[in-house]
Amino acid sequence: MTIVNHNEKIDTVNVVIDGIEMEVPKGTLVIRAAEQIGIEIPRFCDHPLLTPVAACRACLIEIDGVPKPQPACAQVLSEGMNVRTQRSSEMARIAQEGVMEFLLVNHPLDCPVCDKGGECPLQNQAMTVGRPDSRFEGEKRTFPKPINVNAEILLDRERCVSCARCTRFAEEIAGDASLELLERGAQQQVGTANDEPFDSYFSGNVVQICPVGALTSASYRFRSRPFDLVSVPTTCEHCASGCSLRTDYRRGTVTRRLAWDDPEVNEDWSCDKGRFAFAYLANGRIESPLIRENGELRSASWPEAMHFAAAGLAAAGTSAVLVGGRATVEDAYAYSKFARIVLGTDNLDFRARASSTEEAEFLAAHVAGRKLDVTYTDIETASQVLLIGFEPEDESPILFLRLRKGVKRGVSVHTVGPLYSLGSEKLSAHWVKAKAGSEAHAISGLDSEIVGALDSNSIIFVGERAAASPGALSAVSRLGSQTGARIAWVPRRAGERGALDAGAIAGLLPGGRPISDPTARSEVAQAWNIDADSLPNVGLTGTELVTAIKQGSTSALVIAGVDPSDLPNGDELIAGIENADFVVALENHHSEITQRASVVFPVAVVTEKSGSFMNWEGRSKPFSAAFREALTLTDAGVLSMLASAMNVQLNGDTRALRKELNSLVPWSGPRTDVNNHEVHAPAGTTLATWRLLIDSGVMQEGEPHLAATARPSVVAVSAAMFEQLGKPEVITVTGPKGSITLPTQVAEVSNESVWLPMNSPESHIYAQLGCGYGQAVTVKGGAA
Amino acid sequence: MPELPAAVRGFGVTFGTIFKKVVTEQYPEDSSKYPPKPRFHGRHQLNRWADGLEKCIGCELCAWACPADAIFVQGADNSDEERYSPGERYGRVYQINYTRCIFCGLCIEACPTRALTMTNEFELADNNRADLIYEKQDLLGPMLPGMLAPPHDMVPGTTDSDYYANKITGSVPQQSTPQQSTPQQGGVA
Ligand code: SF4
Ligand code: SF4
Ligand code: SF4
Ligand code: SF4
Ligand code: FES
Repeated sequence: MTIVNHNEKIDTVNVVIDGIEMEVPKGTLVIRAAEQIGIEIPRFCDHPLLTPVAACRACLIEIDGVPKPQPACAQVLSEGMNVRTQRSSEMARIAQEGVMEFLLVNHPLDCPVCDKGGECPLQNQAMTVGRPDSRFEGEKRTFPKPINVNAEILLDRERCVSCARCTRFAEEIAGDASLELLERGAQQQVGTANDEPFDSYFSGNVVQICPVGALTSASYRFRSRPFDLVSVPTTCEHCASGCSLRTDYRRGTVTRRLAWDDPEVNEDWSCDKGRFAFAYLANGRIESPLIRENGELRSASWPEAMHFAAAGLAAAGTSAVLVGGRATVEDAYAYSKFARIVLGTDNLDFRARASSTEEAEFLAAHVAGRKLDVTYTDIETASQVLLIGFEPEDESPILFLRLRKGVKRGVSVHTVGPLYSLGSEKLSAHWVKAKAGSEAHAISGLDSEIVGALDSNSIIFVGERAAASPGALSAVSRLGSQTGARIAWVPRRAGERGALDAGAIAGLLPGGRPISDPTARSEVAQAWNIDADSLPNVGLTGTELVTAIKQGSTSALVIAGVDPSDLPNGDELIAGIENADFVVALENHHSEITQRASVVFPVAVVTEKSGSFMNWEGRSKPFSAAFREALTLTDAGVLSMLASAMNVQLNGDTRALRKELNSLVPWSGPRTDVNNHEVHAPAGTTLATWRLLIDSGVMQEGEPHLAATARPSVVAVSAAMFEQLGKPEVITVTGPKGSITLPTQVAEVSNESVWLPMNSPESHIYAQLGCGYGQAVTVKGGAA
Repeated sequence: MPELPAAVRGFGVTFGTIFKKVVTEQYPEDSSKYPPKPRFHGRHQLNRWADGLEKCIGCELCAWACPADAIFVQGADNSDEERYSPGERYGRVYQINYTRCIFCGLCIEACPTRALTMTNEFELADNNRADLIYEKQDLLGPMLPGMLAPPHDMVPGTTDSDYYANKITGSVPQQSTPQQSTPQQGGVA
């Protein structure tokens, strides 16, 4: 569960457990050492990633020379210790039996209606180490059941064994210390202060680690038993953290997802979005290809739609490909090839969000093709961490957890931005105040103390939002080369990092190869079996590409997984699509795009295909299909069919694509540095905004309990601005398109910025305000 | 006297039997004369409490116990607006596949609420597989006098424990909730 560095020389001690001699590293707990030789000691409160508390006493063992039984989960082995577990010690056996009997005194034993039934450590251990029957004849204490600790998590206090795993998780790991053990004795119970909801992005983990059925989730309630379920490992598709998850399904329907142990990435944890947001996989899918006839979409057979699309694309003028940020690496690679080989264009982008040329340069210089330069484990030992345009708790929650782990070990975190958030507080971060949009100034003006402390063991994390702050990325690039600090780019979406390495962006071929470099061109042409001259020249990206589509200079479009409302100029894209000659959409759900496309192909969701995501570290996280029998095609499969309808051979097989992409080893040739971009922060108040982890995202649809745990939509302003506005209860923020009025929250915000959630209920920034991060807005107290 | 050949001796048994009492039972003509033994394992029944609420809590223990994998259960949450059984949980989907069932009775032993029992009915043959998958409405016991078709509340002032302690004797008028749907089809008993 934790990573051991095998190169270091470690001190060891010699011990005996149940007569077996072993040598273990100093500081090893009895329970861990016993596990290694296959001796299972019962336990409830013990968890390898939480500090030992010895709260449940289930693990009592005998130590020679110690008169009373000791808890194996908190007992550190010392030289010469002779430990005897229930297997060889009558004292330990009787002690464990006694503890079990006490634990069951007040336990309701309502296994038939308990979601843990069938995978319950209490059931199992009561059978293995407990007495065959109970001697208790009194009345059990009861509680009303179940109660909500938040909208998604239910608590049955009768079943709790007071092991404090949940409360320790909340405090030590998530940093949301509102879950506590309250009262004493038989009345001891888990709860929150003043019955406020347990406000945490990681609340689902307590369900997974609760050793009994005291904590269960509303979404999985009574849905199945473990023996009904088929479990498959998967990679989370919701963000670029790259968590390993486990998908459990029954009869073709996903019933729940759990965190899978990946010590290098998510350890044992996941966020609530990854755990609970999966209803979209089944709901509202597009079922057959659709083609537009006389202005109306109608369903069509695959061959008909293929021929229709092929003819349409061939007849149309200059084309472009927009991939969105959700594609697997293999699918993104197929788009990258399809654009260059079949459509002969380099007009290509995966960034369905605010982006900039500066960002494209930055990615080419520092990110593309660079794998595992900075890893999760590096965070734990980093000297300093700088967060720029990046809110880890919302945008990469597992990175946030690792940062917390680092902070506890003494890593200091500085966050450059307009808001000192709840997440910053939990990281005890130092705030480098910056007006939204003028991060570049803040970076160049960084305290010499901070800059001086930056070294090759420091990490600068940059979020996707930095792209919306002119000059910020070039400032980061300069800071990196000036101090030697390593730079890591953390996008929000799961597919972005992989799409970058797959070359799904204009100007970059796979592996970070500049398309303008002759060597790079010939390497790729060779792998693709084409003539290097037939590769297109540098095309358009981002805003320019959307503008070209709007103006009609690009008139054919292949578009997948893009929601126009995620783009600052989404209206232009929609107008462009309406006027375009031909638009091919690959989608699994209907959207603004499919409504206007000329042809729509349904594609597989993650449970129906294999593939891999590349997380922010550049680590490949492969997964295979949960539903192998699904007939849906991957994006690559559709593109391959479409290519052959256009008389080009393009392999659409996921494994072949991965192999080919891996053969294109990362580019080692020259890279162009980021140009020095002009810093132009608008005058007046600017808008600070980002997407909260749990918001109105389309992939979170259909899970009302999860949605109810979202943070409220508010306008956050500084105390000074609050004062200045006349202490209003609601604040109206107005942009070029319109305004948003939301309840006021006074927070640590830069005096020149105002913060709103980007895509939460009643706060859809692009659609309602018509401007984005770092742009000028007007702020007024009261309603509009 | 020399022994008769074995073949002829065998006919002696046949001949003698002609004069004995007939044991052959005529089925189906005389089936009413020969009812199955009271503890015969026949078709299952999902029982009700005296007020009509279902005993099944959707726990799936029967499905777990079944060696033939003949039972499919899916539980769901009772709510104040829609209650099918006392307590938190009820069986929303309940199917027994009689092409698989071997009538071993392990399921009824596993059932913690005595919801599942077996009747004496054995005439289950059919000409297609689909009809041999019995759904919840095919298995539920009949509505006896004093019962009210769920969904409805528990008897006012009682809890699930009172049901399990068998303290409920029948429905009371307050139990007919406005959400009451058309009575579910009772099974043949
Ligand atoms: S709710 Fe579960 S995890 Fe929390 S203290 Fe009780 S038994 Fe332990
Ligand atoms: S942190 Fe990201 S990758 Fe992990 S479960 Fe959450 S959304 Fe998925
Ligand atoms: S009687 Fe036996 S085979 Fe038939 S459903 Fe019950 S457990 Fe299964
Ligand atoms: S019939 Fe009995 S064992 Fe089967 S699900 Fe219902 S209550 Fe559980
Ligand atoms: S596991 Fe050791 S005291 Fe709980």
